[in-house]
Amino acid sequence: MHKDLLRLVRGERAVRRHLALCLAAAVLAGLLVLVQAELLAGVLSGRLETPALALLAVVVGVRGLLGLAQGIAAGRTTTAVKSVLRHRLLSRLRDLGPARLTSHRSGELVTLTGRGLDALDPYLNGYLPAVAVAGVVPVAVLARLVFADLSSAVIVLVTLPLIPVFGALVGMHTKAVTERQWRALSRLGGHFLDVVRGLPTLRAFGRARYQAEVIRRVTDAHRSATMRTLRVAFLSSLVLELAASLSLALVAVPIGLRLLGGTLDLPAALLVLLLAPEAYLPLRNMGTRFHAAMEGVTAADDVFAVLDREPEPRSAGGGALDPAGPAAAPEIRLENVTVRYPGRTEAALEDVSLVIAPGERVALVGESGAGKSTLLHLLLGFLTPESGRILVDGVELSGPASGPAAAASGDAGAEGAGDAGTEGGDAGAEGAEETRGGGEAGSTETRVARDAGIAEDAGARWEAWRGRLAFVPQRPHLFAASVADNIRLGSPGATLQQVRAAAGAAHADGFVTELPEGYDTVLGERGANLSAGQRQRVALARAFCRPAADLLLLDEPTARLDGRSEAAIVAATRELAEGRTAVIVAHRPAMIDLADRVVRIAGGRIVSDSGSPGASAARGEAAPLGGTTGPGGATPPDTTGPGGEAASDDTTASRDAGPSGDTVATGAGGTR
Amino acid sequence: MRRMGGRIALAAAAGVAAELAGLALIGSAAWLITRAAEQPPLAALSVAIVGVRAFATSKGVLRYGERLTGHDVALRAQATTRERLYQALVPAGPPSQKGADLLSRMVDDTDAVQDLLVRGLLPAVAALVTGIAAVVLGLFLLPAAALVLTAGLLTAGVVLPAGVAAVTRRRAALIAPARAELAARVADLLHGAADLAAYGAGDRALAASAGADARLAALERAQARTGAVATCLGVLAQGLTVAGVVLVAQGSGTGSVATAVLALTSLVCFEPLLPMITAAERMTGVSAALRRLREVRATPPAVAEPARPAAVPGGPLTVEVEDLVVRHAADRAPALNGVALTLTPGKRVAVVGPSGAGKSTLLAALMRLVEPESGAIRLSGSGSTGPDADADGDGDGDAPGIEAGAGGAGTGTWTGTGKTVDLRDLPSDEARRIMTGLTQDPYVFQASFRDNLRLAGPEADEAALAEAVRRARLEDWAERTGWDTVLGEDGRTVSGGQLQRLALARALLNDPPVLLLDEPAEALDEETADALMADLLDATRGRTTLLVTHRLRGLEEVDEIVVLENGSVLQRGTHRELVEVPGYYRDLWRSEALVSRA
Repeated sequence: MHKDLLRLVRGERAVRRHLALCLAAAVLAGLLVLVQAELLAGVLSGRLETPALALLAVVVGVRGLLGLAQGIAAGRTTTAVKSVLRHRLLSRLRDLGPARLTSHRSGELVTLTGRGLDALDPYLNGYLPAVAVAGVVPVAVLARLVFADLSSAVIVLVTLPLIPVFGALVGMHTKAVTERQWRALSRLGGHFLDVVRGLPTLRAFGRARYQAEVIRRVTDAHRSATMRTLRVAFLSSLVLELAASLSLALVAVPIGLRLLGGTLDLPAALLVLLLAPEAYLPLRNMGTRFHAAMEGVTAADDVFAVLDREPEPRSAGGGALDPAGPAAAPEIRLENVTVRYPGRTEAALEDVSLVIAPGERVALVGESGAGKSTLLHLLLGFLTPESGRILVDGVELSGPASGPAAAASGDAGAEGAGDAGTEGGDAGAEGAEETRGGGEAGSTETRVARDAGIAEDAGARWEAWRGRLAFVPQRPHLFAASVADNIRLGSPGATLQQVRAAAGAAHADGFVTELPEGYDTVLGERGANLSAGQRQRVALARAFCRPAADLLLLDEPTARLDGRSEAAIVAATRELAEGRTAVIVAHRPAMIDLADRVVRIAGGRIVSDSGSPGASAARGEAAPLGGTTGPGGATPPDTTGPGGEAASDDTTASRDAGPSGDTVATGAGGTR
Repeated sequence: MRRMGGRIALAAAAGVAAELAGLALIGSAAWLITRAAEQPPLAALSVAIVGVRAFATSKGVLRYGERLTGHDVALRAQATTRERLYQALVPAGPPSQKGADLLSRMVDDTDAVQDLLVRGLLPAVAALVTGIAAVVLGLFLLPAAALVLTAGLLTAGVVLPAGVAAVTRRRAALIAPARAELAARVADLLHGAADLAAYGAGDRALAASAGADARLAALERAQARTGAVATCLGVLAQGLTVAGVVLVAQGSGTGSVATAVLALTSLVCFEPLLPMITAAERMTGVSAALRRLREVRATPPAVAEPARPAAVPGGPLTVEVEDLVVRHAADRAPALNGVALTLTPGKRVAVVGPSGAGKSTLLAALMRLVEPESGAIRLSGSGSTGPDADADGDGDGDAPGIEAGAGGAGTGTWTGTGKTVDLRDLPSDEARRIMTGLTQDPYVFQASFRDNLRLAGPEADEAALAEAVRRARLEDWAERTGWDTVLGEDGRTVSGGQLQRLALARALLNDPPVLLLDEPAEALDEETADALMADLLDATRGRTTLLVTHRLRGLEEVDEIVVLENGSVLQRGTHRELVEVPGYYRDLWRSEALVSRA
C-alpha cells in the first residue's frame, strides 16, 4: 500500500475502521465461495441431499450481505480519505496566504482537490480489497484441494505462480517500450485539447479548417501508437487468461480419466472442478484493477508531494495580542525595509523607510511594477521583509523571516514586482536614507528580537493587527455567498442594518436592492454578475462594515473603471478615510486628490514624498530627475502636510504640470 | 461509418466468442467429469476431452483478440467523435464564452465514446449472447430449468442495471451541484485569498468548504450504498438461480450429467453479466457526456454563412461601420450600441475606452465572429487597381520585409473590382482574410517556435519570418530560445510579454489588407511597450489599421481616436483635439502622464 496513504489510514481512526471492515468483508466473502463450491459439489454428486440447497441459499445470502457491507465500508473509506486529504490541501492553501500562491500551483491545487482525489476511488475500493482477497483465497483454495485431490492441487500450485511470474516477465520486457509509448501517447493525446484551445488563433489566420486534417492525422498516429502499446500490454492479460483456462483443462481432463479408472470419486472431482478456477480468479481481479489503481497512486503521490513540498507556514497562534493598546489611528513606521521575491536578483522594495502619521492619508503612486502593491502587501503581512522592520505605534510587527522557508515563495499576489527594472530615483532614495538613517541599528535589533523567540508570536500578532485593517484590493473577490455575507466578511456578527448602512455609505445600496433577491442574492462565479465598479463598491462596503478598523489600505480601487463608477468610489473612499489612517495605491487624479501626501515609488524605492517631515532633502534630490512631471517635484514644501485643503491644491497643480511635460517626452519617443 | 460498423461487429464477435468458449469450457468439463463417473468406454469421452482443451486455449486467445479489436474500434470512434466536435467548433462560437475548463471537459467528454464501447456496448453484447446460449442449452436439457435461469438472468442483467442507472441518474442531479459548490468554495479560498487574509475570514471559508465537502461525501456514500445493494442482489440472483436450477433438475429426475452441466453453465453465464450492474453506473455519466457533445454540435454557429457568397471588391479597401449594434445575449445590454467608423485605405484609427466598453466586440464584429443585431459593416474597393495589388493594402510600401507573408493568404478567387459589399455577404473565412491581426487571448501551441509563427503565414520564407520577429522585437528572445524549440504547455513556457510579441509577429507576418491590433502592448513592461508602440506606429504608417489600446502614449500619430464607453462612441477626434476638451480622454491622458516618469 502507498506509504503516505497507509500513514493517513493509521492516523485516522474512522478511516482505519472502515477500511478494515471493507477488507475483512471482501476476504470472508471470498472464503465463502469455497463453502459454496463444497455444497454445490456435494449436491451435484449426490453426496448431499437436496435440502442442502437451502444451506447453499443461506451461504449465498451471507455472501451477498458481506458484499453489501464491503461496498458500504468502501464508500465510507474513500469519502473519509478524500475529505481528510481535501481538508489538508485546503488548509495548506489558506495558510500559504495570498502572496505565496502562484497561479500555476493554485491551478494544480484546485484540480487535485476536485477530480484529482477521485482517482483514489478505484485504488481504495477496488484494488486494495482485491489484493487482500488475492493474498488469502488462493492459499485457502490450495489447502482445500490438497485434501480433495493432491495431484490437482499440485497442478494448480505449479501453474498459479506462472501468472505473476509471466506478468512480471512481460512487464519487465516491455517496460521501457511501454513507458516511451505512454509518453508519446500523452503528447499526442494533448494535441486535440491544444488545438481546440487555440481555435480562436487558428480562426484569425484562416488555419482552422486546415487543422481538421491535422487532427485526423494525429489521432490516427495516436491510435496506432496506442494499439502498438496495447498489443504488448495485453500480453500479460493473455498470460493470465491462458494460465487460468488451460489449468482448468489440465485439471479436468486427468480427473476425468481417473474417474474412468475409478481412482477418484465424483464429489471430489466436482469439487476440484469448481474450486480450481477460484484459485486464479482473485489474481485476475487484481490484475484488471492494477492500471486504474496506479492512477490512484499517482494522485496520492501528487497530493502528498504538494503537502510535503510546501513549507509549513508560520504558526498562527491563538491568543490575540494587541500591539497598539488604545484603538486610535495608528502610526506606521517602516525602517529600511527590503523585500525580495525568490528567484529575483533585484529587490521588489529596497531599503524603504517611511513614517505614516496617525490619520494621515497617503497616496502611493508610480508605474506598475514599481513596488506599490508590494508595500501594501507588506503592511497586510502577506510578505515578510528580507531586512528592516515595520513598527506600529512603536511596537514591532515584522522583522525578517526566521528561516529561508518563511520568505515569500510566490509572486502572484504582487503585480510582478521585480519587473520594474527602473533605475531612476537613486538620488532620491539616497537622500531618504540619509535623513532617516539607522539602517544598521534596525536590522541588528531585529536579529536580537528574533533570537529571543518573538518571531514565533508573529502569526498571532498579524491576526490582531489585521483586525484593525480594512483592505480594498485592486480586484476584490466576491465569494459564492449572499451580498450581505460578502459585505460582512470582516465582521461576521454584523446585523443586516449594519450591512445596509455600510452598503449605503459605499454607494452600493442602490444597485444591491435592485438585484433579484436584494441582499440575499448569491454572488460569485455561479451567482449574479456585478460590473467592475459594483464589485469595488461591495468591497468598499466590506471596509465600511468594519467600523473599528483604523487603517485603510486601498489598492488602485478605481483602476479600469469608467468615469461614473470612479466618482462613486471616490466619494465613498473620501468618507471612509475620515478619521482613519489611509494608504491608497492610486493611478487616477481623482483618487490622488483624496490624499494629504503623495509618495512616489520607482524601482522599489521611494523617489519623492510630498509630505514626510524629513523629506525635503529627498525631494531636493529627486526634483531634477523628476522634472516637471512628478507631483512631488512640483510641490513647494510649505504647502504640504496633513492639511486636506493645501494637499488637494497641491495635487491639482501637479496634475496640470504633468501632461504638458509628458507630451514632450512622448513626442520624442514617438519619433525616435 | 460503414467500416466502423464492421469493426464494431468484429470486436463484438470476438467478445461473444470468448465468453461462449468460457461457457463451453465449463459445460464440457462438467459433462466430462460427470459422464466419466458413469464409467463409459474411453472413446465416449474423447470428444469432450478435445473440446475441453480446445475451448481452454481458444478462450484465452479470443479474449486477447477481443481486447485488441475492442480498443481499436473505441479509439477509432473517439477519433471520429473528436473530428466531428472540432468541425462543429470551427464556425465561430461566441467569443470568450468558452472557458478553458469547459473546453477541457468537452475534450474529456470525447473519451466517453471509448467507455461506451469498451465498458458498455461490447461487454453487454457478449453478456447477452452468453445468457441466451445458456438458456438455449437449458431448453434442450430441461425447459423448466431454462425458465428459472431466464428469470435469474433478467433480474441480474436487466432489472438491476436499469435500477442502478435510474437511481444514479437521479443522484447525479444532486451530485453535480454539490461538486460545483465545492469547486466554488475552493475557488473562493484561492482567488479570495487576499480578501480572506485581510479580514481574518480564512477559517470561516475553510469551514464552508468543509461543509461543501461533507455534503458531497454524503451523496457519494449514498451512491456507494446503491452500488453495494445492487452488487449484493446480483450475487443473490446468481446463487439462488443455480440453487433453483439444481432443485428443478433434481425434482424432475434429470440425470446427474445434465444436472451438473445445467448447474455449472448457469453459474458461469452470470460472470459476464454481473459487471453490467456497476457498468450501468458509469454509463449514466457516459450518456450525459454524449448529450453534452450533441448539444455542442447542435449549437448554431454565431454567424450565418451567406448562401451566395459575394466577391471582395478590388483595389484598396475602405471599411465602413454603420450604426453597429451587437448584443451578446438577448437579455443583456448591447455590447455595441450604434457605433460608426470609417477606415479609408491607409488610415489608422485607435479605439480606447474602459474595459467592457465594447472595444473587443468591435474587433469581433469586423472579424465576423459575432452577428450584428443591426447596422452594417461594408467593404468598398476603389476599382482603380488590379485584383492582385489589393492583397497587400499597402499603399506606401514602406515595409518591404512584411509583404513576403501576404502571398499565402491571398486566394484571388473572390476578387472583383470597385463595388461595395456587406461583410455579411462574404464567407466568414474571407472576412478574416481581409481583417485580422493580433486578437484577444493569443494562444501558444505545443509546437516549435517557427511553426507557432508560421501558422500566420504558411508560405512565408525565412527572411519574412525573421523580419516579422524583428519588428515585433522578439529577435533576442528567438535567438535565446531557438527557432525549433517546442513551446506551449509541455514545452518552454512563454511569458505574457513574449506571448504578446509572438502574437504581434504573427499579425505582421500575416499582413492582412486591414490590420487589427487588440492591445498590442498589453502585459509588456513600460519600456518595451513604449518601444514596441513606437515601432508599431512606424511599421503601420500608411497601412489601414485599427488599434485597440488602453495606453495613450504615441496616439498623436494616428489619424483618429475613438473613445468607446458602454458600447457607444463617447468622443472622437485626433489626440490634439481630444486633450483640449474635458472628458474621458483628457482624464486618462492626465493620469497616465501623472504616473509615468519623465
